[in-house]
Amino acid sequence: MIQPPPSTEPRERAGSDTGAARPAIALRDVTAGYEGRTALEAVSLDIAQGSLLAVFGPNGGGKTTLLKLIAGVLRPWTGTVETLGVHAGEAARRIAYVPQAELVDWSFPITVWNVAMMGRFARLGPFRQPSKTDRAAVSAALERVGMSGESRTQIGRLSGGQRRRAFLARAIAAEPDLYLLDEPVTGVDVPTEEDLMALLAIEAGAGRTIVATTHDLAAVSRHFAQVVAVNRRIIASGDASLVRDPDILSRTYGGHLLVLGERAVLLDDAHHHDSASGSERHFHDQGKP
Amino acid sequence: MPVLNAILDPLAFPFFVRALAASALVGLVCAVVGSYMVLRGLAFMGDALSHSAFPGVVAAYLLKGPFYLGAAVAAVATALAIGWVSRRGQLRGDTAIGVLFAGMFAAGVFLFSLIPNYVGDLFGFLFGEILGIGVGDLIALSALSVIVLGVVAVLWKEFLYSTFDPLGAEAAGLPVVRLDYLFLALIALTIVISLQAVGIILVVAMLVTPAATAQLVSQSFGRLVSIAIAIGVICPVIGLYASYWLNSATGATIVLVETAVFVVALIVARRPAASGRAVSQPPAA
Repeated sequence: MIQPPPSTEPRERAGSDTGAARPAIALRDVTAGYEGRTALEAVSLDIAQGSLLAVFGPNGGGKTTLLKLIAGVLRPWTGTVETLGVHAGEAARRIAYVPQAELVDWSFPITVWNVAMMGRFARLGPFRQPSKTDRAAVSAALERVGMSGESRTQIGRLSGGQRRRAFLARAIAAEPDLYLLDEPVTGVDVPTEEDLMALLAIEAGAGRTIVATTHDLAAVSRHFAQVVAVNRRIIASGDASLVRDPDILSRTYGGHLLVLGERAVLLDDAHHHDSASGSERHFHDQGKP
Repeated sequence: MPVLNAILDPLAFPFFVRALAASALVGLVCAVVGSYMVLRGLAFMGDALSHSAFPGVVAAYLLKGPFYLGAAVAAVATALAIGWVSRRGQLRGDTAIGVLFAGMFAAGVFLFSLIPNYVGDLFGFLFGEILGIGVGDLIALSALSVIVLGVVAVLWKEFLYSTFDPLGAEAAGLPVVRLDYLFLALIALTIVISLQAVGIILVVAMLVTPAATAQLVSQSFGRLVSIAIAIGVICPVIGLYASYWLNSATGATIVLVETAVFVVALIVARRPAASGRAVSQPPAA
């Protein structure tokens, strides 16, 4: 059951009926980080098409970094990342990325409808304006996440669960082959968690690949088929039962984990994030306090 | 009809009509670019770029070249330099801005002090002289405005996405870094367009104030831009008339009108229920 990060091949089995030969995502010996700070080291990982995969691990353990590498917005220092059969970043139009809620400026004057419409922007290109098809796609996406009634609401007025729904609508509207979701169920109410995960399971069933980071181990074992435990390295990968393995948990979380008989209690502060490192700030953040 | 006369009298002067046209156009371009600027947190950048246009203006004056060209070269070069220095990552963005803009402004003052018997024009450079705008200026200004508005018309979606969620936009394949640089260049050009109207010191108000006012009362981006444009076009017209009848400095009067509108909006606008993060979390649907 415990699998150290082998470079031996197929670890992902479920959901791979359609995509057979080639994994949707393949990392080979990847080391990456920010300005001299290594975030991930010697990572090799295959993710099959149609996977519903959770990446878990401590804060600062490299979960978000892994997503950024797959998306191609962060280049590895060494090693290679292949996403959807090409170099990471080259298949960008087929990827939808949902950032952590904490990184979003919720006071931004934008409505739910326009957030979802952004999912269509990349495929439209500079000169084309949103058409009837795009509006239909946005409308359908909002319907699926249960936000049709809120389409004209400014995003700051939404509840935590509605905010995640709006961003998932954006991802769905993009009609991607790969969903990259950073903490999609953190801080949302139970009905939202159930709804969003049911939607993602349907997407995975349709052959789309889902990779989501999370701290929430309970959510992992309830909703995900596969997991990867990350703490600077891949600690383990396999099916979701790994999150109940005390040995893997203690190796993933180090001293922050308290094992009480059958139960593992996480002593990990969910609100300190690895996202604040200066090097990750975007250029136009400057000027803001 | 004294009111009507108050409006019609100044129109008898061609310089006043030209000033009206120029200031409304400047207000329009500034409102559009400024809307993105305030959402990107680039107000300080606007101030810096306007000051850094100064050496270009003085150099153009010394070489008897076109004022617009000098200002554009200096401002765009500084914008790209600031972008490059802060992207290297050793310095915070606002530090890079502070160093480069003060250096450029000093270069302008230095060059200016080399002009024999310099006096009069300094005030014009710093505070604008829209009443002295000529037909040629108006044409140059219109051409530059068409360029800036054209770029925004083509790339409004891309600028909006990369402003709101740079990470998501980049992952979706938008060239976020290039869009950032392009936007800096647009700010620089907008400043060049506005210099003659309000001068180096006050340009930032034309850029930031209408958009900031609109932000107080807008829930959507379309509304933000529309309101910013309305304020940006109407305020300079009111300001011009006011300065005509009060015999006051034109650029400053325009800026004061915009500031007054901002203050009114600040008082009148209700604070939105939830701005920023995690304010209230009403029970979820």
